[in-house]
Amino acid sequence: MVIAIGFEGSANKLGVGIVKDGVVLSNPRHTYITPPGQGFLPKDTAKHHRDHALDVLQAALEEAKIKPDEIDVICYTKGPGMGAPLVSTALVARTVAQLWKKPIIAVNHCIGHIEMGRLITGAVNPTVLYVSGGNTQVIAYSEKRYRIFGETIDIAVGNCLDRFARVLKLSNDPSPGYNIEQLAKKGKRFLEMPYVVKGMDVSFSGLLSYIEEKAPLLLETNEYTPEDLCFSLQETVFAMLIEITERAMAHCGSQEVLIVGGVGCNKRLQDMMDIMVKERGATLYATDERFCIDNGAMIAQAGWEMFKTGLVTPLQETTCTQRYRTDEVEVTWRD
Amino acid sequence: MESRKLLKQGAEAKLYLHDFYGRPCIIKERFQKQYRHHTLDSMLTNQRIKSEVRANLRCRMAGILTPTIFMVNFQDNSIYMEEIQDPITAKQYITDMSAQGDSSSLLMLAEVIGQTLSKMHAGNIIHGDLTTSNMLLQGNPSNLRLFLIDFGLSSFEASAEDKGVDLYVLERAFLSSHPNSQELFNTILNSYQAATKNIKSCKEIIAKLEEVRMRGRKRTMIG
Repeated sequence: MVIAIGFEGSANKLGVGIVKDGVVLSNPRHTYITPPGQGFLPKDTAKHHRDHALDVLQAALEEAKIKPDEIDVICYTKGPGMGAPLVSTALVARTVAQLWKKPIIAVNHCIGHIEMGRLITGAVNPTVLYVSGGNTQVIAYSEKRYRIFGETIDIAVGNCLDRFARVLKLSNDPSPGYNIEQLAKKGKRFLEMPYVVKGMDVSFSGLLSYIEEKAPLLLETNEYTPEDLCFSLQETVFAMLIEITERAMAHCGSQEVLIVGGVGCNKRLQDMMDIMVKERGATLYATDERFCIDNGAMIAQAGWEMFKTGLVTPLQETTCTQRYRTDEVEVTWRD
Repeated sequence: MESRKLLKQGAEAKLYLHDFYGRPCIIKERFQKQYRHHTLDSMLTNQRIKSEVRANLRCRMAGILTPTIFMVNFQDNSIYMEEIQDPITAKQYITDMSAQGDSSSLLMLAEVIGQTLSKMHAGNIIHGDLTTSNMLLQGNPSNLRLFLIDFGLSSFEASAEDKGVDLYVLERAFLSSHPNSQELFNTILNSYQAATKNIKSCKEIIAKLEEVRMRGRKRTMIG
């Protein structure tokens, strides 16, 4: 029996989760929400994490009914992510590891998402679409690595959605993407936008510039409503994501798809993926906002897998890095 | 009415075998994608058929082998084209030759790929989906005939950026399909550079390729 606690703080979510042999005992989270029209800055986000770290940790322990001495391993996010929030969260992890005299493991954030998705859905060897505010990748496992088959060559899909939400001055509560999703449900008129797929890669920066420039005039003249624009944007960017996922599936001969990351809880994206997957006679695995959005349990789960194969990070190597590719990690826990 | 036999179902199109007035023919029919908004779907399908036919023609004018296009039917979104006889995909060829340890055949193939892509880019044609599955081979190892196919994502651009991305797309597909093949890919790049007459633009393209590689790496940020 191994109990792992995970600390996640690579972006604007601070999460602490406790996992005991594949069972999530607790997974509280606190999100830094900025005013409409504004994104979150590293310095302020790090302060948010420092302010809430102890409360969230306490909540995680109480909810799981676990005492510190029962925990076997401390896991934290090494990267990728924003520097200051990562460092603030890692500091808490290092401190408790020394206080409680427990081993510590540095976890790749993307691997955390994949392992959590596999745990919750039971997917065995899926093609993974990882979509969030900072990442857009199509990943498949082969020979001890999660290999990136396709990815964005500029900004992430979530970043594109978030920045469009700022143009419309949508609320960041609970998240800009969620509010776009709600408006999109009422959209009717479809606006054609740049659709950029290059092989298995995608690009969103041209699309974002286009809509940022066009939106004010289209809204002013009442040609399109904000609902129509949200709808058109979602339809376009999601179609691009489904297309590259399908191409990767065809390329790898895969019959399973797993969607992870914050954008992955979008119902429309899940529905579109489901249609594509059914047409291919394959299976879709997706989760809800508890596990799609950044959380502590996913770090604990990935760390738990690593710890079971004997991995531990020496204290002097418990650093953080803003750039940490998914395919840099040797996957010791899979065949 | 007409006799057609399903040959293969790909991600975007169904391929049928057919007889076109006595000529062996392949019908490539793009089917509707139910997950896409119908306006977007018909726009993309239309665009891709046009791109495919245009780039095919321009490649032929640049001296690159492609299947001859007989006819396009916009009613059912199909392209009727010549069936290449006894082809093997470059993907299969590389797998086979690697298994046999035949490195000289692999090097000769890499030379041909590099030369073909250089010709294509000299004509300002961007393929958009370069993979080893989209290259068909005919003939023996010392005299390979390489056909380029699947131009649905193609465009016409003179910029080093687009050509660099085109090579990047191939590199990614190449390395993920053929493990431990970085050296072979480098041979392709060398042959591409040797065959490109405009040395200045060639340098720019390779510099862009390196820039795009870094961009991909740097994109592992937050989330």
